[in-house]
Amino acid sequence: MSDAAPPSRRAVLTGAAAAMVAGRARADDTLITQVQPWSRNLGDPVAAAPYGLPTPHEFDVVRRTVDWLTADAYSSVSFTPIHALDGTITPQGCAFERHHSGAIDLRKEDYRLMVMGDVARPLVFTYADLERFPRDTRVAFCECAANSGMEWRGAQLNGAQYSHGMIHNMEYTGVPLRLLLEEAGYDTSRRWVYVEGADAASNGRSIPIKKALDDVLVAFKANGEALRREHGYPVRLVVPGFEGNLWIKWLRRIEVRDTPVHSREETSKYTDTLADGISRQFTFAMDAKSVITAPSPQAPVRHGDGPLVISGLAWSGRGAITRVDVTLDGGQNWKVARLAAPPAPMALCRFYLDVAWDGAEMLLQSRAIDDTGYVQPTKAQLHAARGMNSTYHNNGIQTWLMRADGSVENVEVS
Amino acid sequence: MSRSRRVVLAVVAAGCAQSLAAQPFGLGRAATPAEIAAWDVDVAPDGSGLPPGQGGASRGEALFADFCAGCHGDFAEGVGRWPGLIGGYGTLDSRDPVKTVGSFWPYAPTLWDYVNRSMPYGNAQTLAPDDVYALVAYILSANDLVGPDTHLTEKTLPNVVMPNRHGFARDDRGKAERHLWRAEPCMTNCKPEVEIRMRATDLDVTPK
Repeated sequence: MSDAAPPSRRAVLTGAAAAMVAGRARADDTLITQVQPWSRNLGDPVAAAPYGLPTPHEFDVVRRTVDWLTADAYSSVSFTPIHALDGTITPQGCAFERHHSGAIDLRKEDYRLMVMGDVARPLVFTYADLERFPRDTRVAFCECAANSGMEWRGAQLNGAQYSHGMIHNMEYTGVPLRLLLEEAGYDTSRRWVYVEGADAASNGRSIPIKKALDDVLVAFKANGEALRREHGYPVRLVVPGFEGNLWIKWLRRIEVRDTPVHSREETSKYTDTLADGISRQFTFAMDAKSVITAPSPQAPVRHGDGPLVISGLAWSGRGAITRVDVTLDGGQNWKVARLAAPPAPMALCRFYLDVAWDGAEMLLQSRAIDDTGYVQPTKAQLHAARGMNSTYHNNGIQTWLMRADGSVENVEVS
Repeated sequence: MSRSRRVVLAVVAAGCAQSLAAQPFGLGRAATPAEIAAWDVDVAPDGSGLPPGQGGASRGEALFADFCAGCHGDFAEGVGRWPGLIGGYGTLDSRDPVKTVGSFWPYAPTLWDYVNRSMPYGNAQTLAPDDVYALVAYILSANDLVGPDTHLTEKTLPNVVMPNRHGFARDDRGKAERHLWRAEPCMTNCKPEVEIRMRATDLDVTPK
């Protein structure tokens, strides 16, 4: 079907002019002039797949890994194919995973959640108990604190999936953690809760009780259906705006405390080492950030010059996105992008810039601004503020070099 | 490990600091003491939560060879991409910080907590408390933080002073990075020229 490849804009224009002048017509498209098998024969019956999978034609829109990053595949990470998705909701089946001891299989029937510590009534809840509490539904992004960490010192991984794909955005349904804390009669003088999973890593993190009472969900549905095993089935914590490590999967215990535990995950990991060797701890909020998802190295432009859709994602862990700027010349001049929908706080926002590409090389960047007035910084600004070793929480501006042939590369610019 | 049950009960009696005196929904059931003990195993920096027990570095070395050396190496130096647990002193403010138990971890009881809950990798939560004390003693002795003949107990472990004890500070981005909250960034003629300084394809480490 090489004759069906889209012609360039110039070819269309000159072709149309030539056809008018000389009466010359291009060959008819047999996809139109001949009855195709799909127009003649029956398709699949209903429920051919009781639970449908993506069409095989999209076989390459899948999670991918960077094998050299981790020692094995059980304490490791896979990346969301953000370069091939649009809109804002991430399908569960290709949403990034981060496990510290593998994704465990835990049945609802075997699920127990304990709320204890400084409470009047230490309680155990079953999955069925959780379904009887009043519940909320909201959209939230979950971004690993290490997302873009490999890019901290400069352009390294050639693809938005790898450079920015430790993020997903889902609609969660669950019980406000506040209700469970109230059910147990938490001590209102206490300032922290410690939350822990049932997997072998026993990942545990301390969260300020102020946040726990505000908007944290004990979630059992994502995008309307049960969580996937790799995202904590049957129950995970949703901590809007905070780093993904706090979003405890297979949540089994909530302890009300006066002080943080200072667990391994909040001392030796997920801390931000500054130039003087001091490490920032409890850096929960994910600062405003954005990335152009297409064009990008894995999503090159094949159509030549003319109309081009620049599509990207923006988010902030401190509130809602208010504006996204896009530059085509590496930050010399910026244009305000179009937001696809009114941005929700702590959720992904889709932006577009529709341009008439002249076919020349471009240096594409995006810059997010949130409703706290925070402006996504350049990596140089972050290096100046934090030094060169603070690899977590890299929200620096990303640059894609788009060449005249439409190929795209991850680059660092002055 | 909660340490103030008595305080909480006293507060309940006084009726002031409890969120709600009665259960709003009456859902769930009381956790039994044995259930709480089984899961409430986290250990705080001051050692609260440590169970009674003792273990020495020499026995820990033998346990380490059996359960840990496959990933962490015979001397806790690390194998392949698995983490080394020793060395790195004085590197945290250098170009290439080496973060190990010895150079980076601020509290010795946290090591006990992590080994007890998460190790051995693939067979977690199977070690007896005395074995964990022994392994912790060995790892700390491999870092020259305790002597090779040291025995550690729930009383002595919290007294081990880690070199990076004061190496952490609370999140101060709101103050230290205040200049990033700047409302109206430049839109036109923001810089005279742009130069490409680095290319991912030069590194060539992206999966095909």
